[in-house]
Amino acid sequence: MSLSDTAGSWLSLHRHALFSSLGKLAKAPFSSLLTLLVIAIALMLPTTLHLLISNGTQVSSQLDSSNQISLFLKQSVSNAAGEALSNKLKLDRDIVNITLTTKEEALKEFQQYSGFSSAIETLEINPLPVVIQLTPSSELKSIEQIQPLLDRLEKLSEADFAQLDMQWVQRLQAIVEIAERATMLLALLLALAVLLIIGNTIRLELQNRRDEIIITKLVGATDAFIRRPFLYSGFWYGLLSGLTAWLMTAGTIFLLERPIQNLSNLYESNFQLQFLTASESLTLLTISAFLGICGAWTVCSHHLKKMQPE
Amino acid sequence: MLQFDHASKRYPGNIDALNRVSFHLAKGEMAFLTGHSGAGKSTLLKLIALIERCTRGQILLDGHNLNKVPNRKIPFVRRKIGMIFQDHRLLHDRTVFDNVALPLIIEGLNYRDTARRVRAALDKVGLLNKENSLPITLSGGEQQRVGIARAVVNRPPMILADEPTGNLDPELSQEIMALFEQFNQVGVSVLIATHDLELVNKMGYRRLVLEQGHLTQGGESSHVAI
Repeated sequence: MSLSDTAGSWLSLHRHALFSSLGKLAKAPFSSLLTLLVIAIALMLPTTLHLLISNGTQVSSQLDSSNQISLFLKQSVSNAAGEALSNKLKLDRDIVNITLTTKEEALKEFQQYSGFSSAIETLEINPLPVVIQLTPSSELKSIEQIQPLLDRLEKLSEADFAQLDMQWVQRLQAIVEIAERATMLLALLLALAVLLIIGNTIRLELQNRRDEIIITKLVGATDAFIRRPFLYSGFWYGLLSGLTAWLMTAGTIFLLERPIQNLSNLYESNFQLQFLTASESLTLLTISAFLGICGAWTVCSHHLKKMQPE
Repeated sequence: MLQFDHASKRYPGNIDALNRVSFHLAKGEMAFLTGHSGAGKSTLLKLIALIERCTRGQILLDGHNLNKVPNRKIPFVRRKIGMIFQDHRLLHDRTVFDNVALPLIIEGLNYRDTARRVRAALDKVGLLNKENSLPITLSGGEQQRVGIARAVVNRPPMILADEPTGNLDPELSQEIMALFEQFNQVGVSVLIATHDLELVNKMGYRRLVLEQGHLTQGGESSHVAI
């Protein structure tokens, strides 16, 4: 037998298995569909969670730019002294952006947003301090890096205290990190579930076709030949349920898009709900097909050994 | 072609199904294996097809010692044997064509050659017009002929038949036996286990007789061939 003959027969064996296994799924459409849906739901849960989280990180990364420091000056410091200090701070290379809020501006803002305007009008003195808003240079990213600057600012004689807005962003990021970790764990568990579901489906199929398998063995089939269509069945189960999961995720995002857009508009944000990227979609399909093949393989190697002609 | 050399098979519980069986079946020879039920006929055939392995002695098939065939190579031994069963062992959800094509599909033959050889085999057993039927729609004799077509389609050097006429009336049995004779005439070794003594006597081939696991007639007697 020449090499091209060998390759040809190998290809024809695989083509045979590929299509005959797809045909088997189509022959029992209802039960195949049920299995596909169960697997698809198991795949869809972590996929949707992943999407929501990656959208969440998108939001929090937009917030990253708001790592501003509010430096509250002492009550006794006048607007002019505050101005002088802010000009001095402009020379600091750890600081990139400075805005000064005078006592009067602060009071006006407070009146506007607090709803206590009439009460405030009765005050004889302005209790609010001068506030300097400043942005640390972009080289300072973490709290640890910003802390020295914060300490330095608080030691200034004019300063009362300095507050970093970034802290709550970091708390949000920590929460996102926990959610990511939890999703990872959930994904692993559900991957195991998919493996078991596909394995069990293939096991039932193996048992239903026990007679056929034994006859095929008697006629001289290798285990590899008998296993092949089952591996392809696993492959189809995995791939098709991956596709179904993709569609279901798309449907979920479609349903969520409008309410999230509304919410985002209310916050005057230009937030856009992101769907799976091409490479994420490909990863989903690859993982699902791979799980299918693995599930089928495990079951086949275990059961085919036990099915011998008597 | 096939040589048994003091082959014994003991099942768990010290049940001796075969006891020091020795015989030689030449290339192109045809023989009958007879004996009462439980005499060890099926066990003997199972040893050849490596469904069971002998516990003592050895069996040579086409020069290969079957004791030394590792499990993963068993399929390749079976491809050299065309096996025929009393209960036909056909795939009932496949057409006659697909059933007969099975050994060729297993070997990965391309579709064109497969179709050609399947039709040739079906033609030989007289079922060319039934290639698209399901086995269940055929009579017992026809189903057996499908089984025979499947056994010969990949041109094995040896045919093993286990009670091939067990469920058939005498006339059909004779037709089936005539088919085996035809294959034998083109050089295939044939070993047929049967208890249809009338037919065996009429056909006049070599007889191997098993009694309670001992080969009492037709073999090389075991005490000579040590």
